[in-house]
Amino acid sequence: MNSASSEVAQHSARETLSRVELLFRLACIGLVVLGTASLFAYAAGWLTPRALTPARMIDAFERANGQHTGFRRNHAKGLAVSGHFESNGRGVALSKAAVFQPGIVPVIGRFAIAGGQPFANDTATSVRSLALLFTLPDGEQWRTGMNDIPVFAVNTPRAFYEQLVASAPDPATGRPNPARMSDFLARNPASARAIQLIRARPKTSGFETSTFNSLNAFRFMNAAGEVAAVRWSVVATASKSTATVPSAGENYLFDALIAAIQHAPLTWHLIVVVAGATDPTNDATVAWPTDRQRIDVGTLTLDHAESEETSRARDINFDPLVLPDGMAASDDPLLSARSAAYSESFTRRAGERKEQSAISNAEVRK
Amino acid sequence: MTPNPEKNAQYALRSRVLHWLMATLLLSMLFIGVSMVSSLRHYHHLVALHRPLGIAILILAVIRLVNRHFSELPPFPATMSAKERLIASASERLLYGLMLALPVVGWAMLSAGGYPIVMWGSFHLPAILPTSIALYTVLRKAHSLLAFLLFAVFLGHLSAVLFHTLVIRDGLLRRMLWRTPRT
Repeated sequence: MNSASSEVAQHSARETLSRVELLFRLACIGLVVLGTASLFAYAAGWLTPRALTPARMIDAFERANGQHTGFRRNHAKGLAVSGHFESNGRGVALSKAAVFQPGIVPVIGRFAIAGGQPFANDTATSVRSLALLFTLPDGEQWRTGMNDIPVFAVNTPRAFYEQLVASAPDPATGRPNPARMSDFLARNPASARAIQLIRARPKTSGFETSTFNSLNAFRFMNAAGEVAAVRWSVVATASKSTATVPSAGENYLFDALIAAIQHAPLTWHLIVVVAGATDPTNDATVAWPTDRQRIDVGTLTLDHAESEETSRARDINFDPLVLPDGMAASDDPLLSARSAAYSESFTRRAGERKEQSAISNAEVRK
Repeated sequence: MTPNPEKNAQYALRSRVLHWLMATLLLSMLFIGVSMVSSLRHYHHLVALHRPLGIAILILAVIRLVNRHFSELPPFPATMSAKERLIASASERLLYGLMLALPVVGWAMLSAGGYPIVMWGSFHLPAILPTSIALYTVLRKAHSLLAFLLFAVFLGHLSAVLFHTLVIRDGLLRRMLWRTPRT
């Protein structure tokens, strides 16, 4: 009763709003609320269905490769490995990252074949990849995903998407349409040049003798605050496989790797390449001149192979921007896009039922 | 007319500062959150901002909850019915719950996903859950759903305050503003 009477008192103290004024004020409120909600929808990408988002990038992978639940949308076929990295301390000159202090850190990794087909046959032209996670003493992590190609085929996320769409099977024939790929290459001369370099790369016998390259550039910062643009590579110490290795069969690259790693630990040199003043850091299709400073910062040893069925590597997102203090992204637009797309792929597969990997534990023990 | 004591009622200065600081942070975070998951180009920088801002919000939310407990609140304006007061109190509790839950769920989600929870430089937070993609999946979905819920509650809060200010004209907003209230 009390509140009702004071309400009356308040209302009588004010002029009542005319009907027009009331409607105007209500419309203003509606506009503010609707405007805020629209901005939110725009930020979320809901009003721009043609814009390239991480979800649409991963959709393109699924269209190109088919649905393979539980698997990575790219580099789907793989094998988990583990070992350690022994730093020789020479990296300290470039980066204050704890991984370059002299000493040993554990490493878990994954060899894979590029592409979204988890059961594709290994071939001589398959692009081989190596992803690594270094666990630093203070709990920081360094994750990197590298490939055995000299340069990347595209230099922007948009070009990556268009290449993926161009290489997807044509619904009419079930096969990729070569005309679409030549059209893509005509419109993207940087990719055409890069693909020539990729095709011409020297191919070693297998994973265990390959060199894997970061392709994207990064920034290293040392304790003095000096910044250097770098790329890195892991270079196999063995030029020939020491084990008797299979050279045929649908998983021959992985079978050879398993045989080699079970025969003896495999080692790679981690080489950091420092950019020259004019070397592009935002274009992964361009190789840097071969005379650039190359610093051997330590040795990677991988001594254990395990199927993804049981390894925790299956559930690691090898996001190339999980970096320790002392390393950072360059201005290469592919890096943020990789980080975003990997996260989307990780989130999708994390929620899916897992199927047996092509490289099963039975394959590892064979 | 005689001065109405209710019209002089204001929240304590520290409550008002906390309110506007958190309003800015929360709204920024909601926009950063939906922008980053839809952007390839800006994803990395936005995520790097999202993590420490989320933890800052968690700390501020705890401070705000403690402050709320020890502060005397101005009475509801007489223009609010019992039902409206109930809705206002319930939405306040929901807002507090969400501003505490969202950062905790985000932190737990990154923990379950096996990610390092980097704040800045080499400073990172410990995992609060063991690595588990099953947990990650649930928490990742929950993080989005809670964020959409928070945005919806925010829109409701904004509508209600604007309605009180522009239509009922009971000076509700002044209780949260800087200037000294008119008499």
